[in-house]
Amino acid sequence: MNRIDKRFNEIKAEGRKALIPYICSGDPSVENTERLVYALEEAGADIIELGIPFSDPLADGPVIQAAGLRAFKGGYRIDDTFRIIENVRKRSHIPLCIMVYYSSILGYGRERFLENCIRADIDGLIIPDLPYEEYDEFKPLVDKTSIYMIPLVGLTSGDRIPTLVKDAKGFVYCVSSMGVTGERKEFDSRVEGFVKEVKKNTDTPACIGFGISCKADVDKFDEFADGCIIGSAIIRKIAETDCDIEKVKAFVSGLR
Amino acid sequence: MEIKKDFGIYGGQFVPETLMSVLKVLEKEFEEYCSTDEFKNDYMYYMKQYVGRPSSLYFAERLTEELGGAKIYLKREDLNHTGAHKINNALAQALLAKKMGKTKVIAETGAGQHGVATATVAALFGMDCEVYMGVEDIERQKLNVFRMELLGARVVPVSSGTGTLKDATNEAIRTWVARAEDTFYIIGSAVGPHPYPTMVREFQKIIGEETRRQMLEAEGRLPDKVYACVGGGSNSIGMFYPFVGDEGVKLIGVEAAGHGLETGEHAAAFSPNSKVGVLHGMKTYLLQDEDGQIKTAYSISAGLDYPGVGPEHAYLHDIGRVEYTSITDDESIEAFKALCRLEGIMPAIESSHALAQAMKDAPSMDKNDIIVVCLSGRGDKDVHTVAKYLGKEI
Repeated sequence: MNRIDKRFNEIKAEGRKALIPYICSGDPSVENTERLVYALEEAGADIIELGIPFSDPLADGPVIQAAGLRAFKGGYRIDDTFRIIENVRKRSHIPLCIMVYYSSILGYGRERFLENCIRADIDGLIIPDLPYEEYDEFKPLVDKTSIYMIPLVGLTSGDRIPTLVKDAKGFVYCVSSMGVTGERKEFDSRVEGFVKEVKKNTDTPACIGFGISCKADVDKFDEFADGCIIGSAIIRKIAETDCDIEKVKAFVSGLR
Repeated sequence: MEIKKDFGIYGGQFVPETLMSVLKVLEKEFEEYCSTDEFKNDYMYYMKQYVGRPSSLYFAERLTEELGGAKIYLKREDLNHTGAHKINNALAQALLAKKMGKTKVIAETGAGQHGVATATVAALFGMDCEVYMGVEDIERQKLNVFRMELLGARVVPVSSGTGTLKDATNEAIRTWVARAEDTFYIIGSAVGPHPYPTMVREFQKIIGEETRRQMLEAEGRLPDKVYACVGGGSNSIGMFYPFVGDEGVKLIGVEAAGHGLETGEHAAAFSPNSKVGVLHGMKTYLLQDEDGQIKTAYSISAGLDYPGVGPEHAYLHDIGRVEYTSITDDESIEAFKALCRLEGIMPAIESSHALAQAMKDAPSMDKNDIIVVCLSGRGDKDVHTVAKYLGKEI
């Protein structure tokens, strides 16, 4: 059984919601990324999303863009992400997803990328710039493996929702806002209705991401979603504390 | 109108899901509205009365004599209002934006030519206008920044990434994702997610259509070779497209070789080391490293300084219909100087790349052969760059 399914079964049995932190590989360094993964798990993360930094991250706001630039400054290469995960897997069975832009997969080589995902033993792939219309490019390859390709659904997806989620595996990534990643003070009033629409169309858990930064946001969204994805707020904390592992851990624990 | 998402394996819509519904609406409006007489009449009215079209197809007699080979004609897009071909597309997209009820337009710009064209049409139609421009380019192109401001646009500095055109484009797309409800994104080149590359081609093909007609009038036959420079590739696709079916007409796209392909400092997406990747919502040839990270392009010409190429060019390249070559900074400046002195025409450095390739090829061609070069813009904007290159203070 894919670790994501297993984890959601446990979460359901415990009557709680999923906490899914996102961090960027190589920010501030490859060694620290591995340490941060353990810290996030200890802080109560259910699934961890590990980003592969890209030179032109279309879906990301300034905080994640800056994290990518820090990683590149340290000489980050895609192979580092696979190395981090291979190390993590020696100690931990936490479900892991890679967040990666499609250009990186193409540049690295589709088959080679997927082979390394299998070897590193990841559980899911999130590709923000590979919409349903372009699935043919890569999803059939992913579907031959036990790795899940996590679908993204947006506020404006509307009547596309049934198509987008009909074969969803793992979880559905519900994008809370019209813009890029990054903390927000206010959320679009349509979020609840749209997540409900997603849930009406699939039994796969629906988690919300983009803009979530504090416990209050998590509590609000957990009322109608199956979990929350938090990226920029954690990355900001990493940068602000100069990657003080204990402080990052405390921050993430506080989101539960 | 035939409208497809892909050009062979290139093009597509590699964008976040949030943009998909926006692109679908745009696709539908473009398909419906832009094939109506209402649109065509409006477009042609402004092309004639505002832009000053048709632009002339000028026989460069002294240049031809100097080179002693094929007859060289210049398609004078430099004579358009605002000084380049960019206005053809900006005006048409603004008409579409107006039809769609959008009150705001945004655009990206590198050298500032598309930014100026967009600011111009925004002023013409009374629309709010924001132009995204890399901080590096703002510094290099102060004159165009001021021109845009005079025209009532706000220039938004983009410091993310490398602070150049590719980053300005990212930022414009990010902004568009957030504000698509009231905002239209006017893309300046034949790039971006579908339907943009097709839209830009349709709005620029007037260049090739006029050239074809004017050439038949002047010479009673089609040219042997047609040259145009390729950054993202809007003037070239506009020039080439109406000739694609004419087998006897050789089409040559000229990229920027910067300091030379061997130095790695260039903007030639069809150079031997480039690969297929995804940028700005399209799949195409890109300058990138082994991890698929996009490399910074370099050219003396800010308008060719783009790490990719429009997806239709990628397709025309693969099927062998268009031949793509490249010209260095040095060669382009020599061509720039030659046209100034022989014809009294100061071309944009972008266009000087196409001209330089034609000047290389013309001498070995027959005197009865005919060449057309797309002179996509005028060079007034480039005098500071040329002075700096020549080591002169002005």
